[in-house]
Amino acid sequence: MRLLTHNMLSSNIKGVTNGFPLLIEVEKVIEKPVDFNPDFLKNMFLKVDWKALVDASRSLGYAELPEDTPESSVIDSDDFLRKFHHALLELHLEEGALVCPETERKFPVSKGIPNMLLHEDEV
Amino acid sequence: MSSRPELKAPPEIFYDDVEARKYTSSSRIIEIQAKLSERALELLALPDDGVPRLLLDIGCGSGLSGETLSENGHQWIGLDISPSMLDIALEREAEGDLLLKDMGQIAYCYVQIGDEMCVIVVWAKIEGDRMQGLGLRSGVIDGAISISAVQWLCNADKSSHEPRLRLKAFFGSLYRCLARGARAVFQVYPESLAQRELILSSAMRAGFAGGVVVDYPHSSKSRKEYLVLTCGPPSINTELPKAKLEDEESCSDDESSGDEENQTVCISDRHRPRKKQKTTKKGKGREWVLKKKEQMRRKGNAVPLDTKYTARKRKARF
Repeated sequence: MRLLTHNMLSSNIKGVTNGFPLLIEVEKVIEKPVDFNPDFLKNMFLKVDWKALVDASRSLGYAELPEDTPESSVIDSDDFLRKFHHALLELHLEEGALVCPETERKFPVSKGIPNMLLHEDEV
Repeated sequence: MSSRPELKAPPEIFYDDVEARKYTSSSRIIEIQAKLSERALELLALPDDGVPRLLLDIGCGSGLSGETLSENGHQWIGLDISPSMLDIALEREAEGDLLLKDMGQIAYCYVQIGDEMCVIVVWAKIEGDRMQGLGLRSGVIDGAISISAVQWLCNADKSSHEPRLRLKAFFGSLYRCLARGARAVFQVYPESLAQRELILSSAMRAGFAGGVVVDYPHSSKSRKEYLVLTCGPPSINTELPKAKLEDEESCSDDESSGDEENQTVCISDRHRPRKKQKTTKKGKGREWVLKKKEQMRRKGNAVPLDTKYTARKRKARF
């Protein structure tokens, strides 16, 4: 699972009012090269939740992204886009778990696929 | 239809390891799925600027439809309820991210009023940046497709399943995670007219505009239904795209708009009243009348003589 997807996912257990962002427990991270496309990144820059992305990339061991939400002018710098690209699309959480920030319910991630299925008493 | 998989078992059980492999090793299914997703992508009508979009593939299965999305350069997130299918997707090295998820999962609580148990849907009342059905942040997805999956929502496989509520949760959460003006295209195989109505009305209640596009409506085999929904207020974008008609070969070969227009013309011709269809042709003419009279004479019938008045045009006042 890439951080792009992590940035869109939230926990939807009954009674949870703010299930975003999901915390990450890391067991194994892999990197897969993806074609660099500045247009897509500029598009996504407006949509990602920056803080969630930075925190997630740090927990995967990638600390190059700036802590504060960057100005929109940054988007034209190639260096920044490369880092953004790497964090968003190339880092994969292969094994581990996602943890709901409120209930601490774990969603296991195996072979890169998070299991988001809920039991009947959780819906 | 002799065998609908929907009638056999719930999706996560029906698509076990064996069935998932069977599904994905059939070249016929692969071809059909590719065609369907190609068409769904076309119906999504994404702006033609070459920028990749973030799309959602609902019921992605083994990633057959996702392959088409990847080929067109888009990033996608796929969700499916069957782990076996997702395993195959991994084997096929699907490029999108995969989630094991139930698209119709909702939160509702039971409230006892008197002797009756009432089901109250909670998610509709919770404000904010979250949702129950799909569990995605709002307004982030540029488009959604779903190939042959939504009809599964109409089944009640567990005692806690209520198709109406599951559809409502699904469409409600989809509406919120789509960006304004984004489209969702679902290829569906409704079992009956009522089922199609149920799906469509749930979508409309969630706030979508749109309707059903039926490709090749006159063919029992290649007839395909697409639910085309647009998120947000009605505009030019919400107009339904044209369905493909008739002759499959010419349609799939060249998809120019001119071709589609030609075909709509011939269809409108066929629906004109019989009388009008006749009057447009210039009548039979003198030659035809003379020929017929000659035929009747040869049969020995009494036929009036041919004169200058034969088959003459009437005056305008008639």
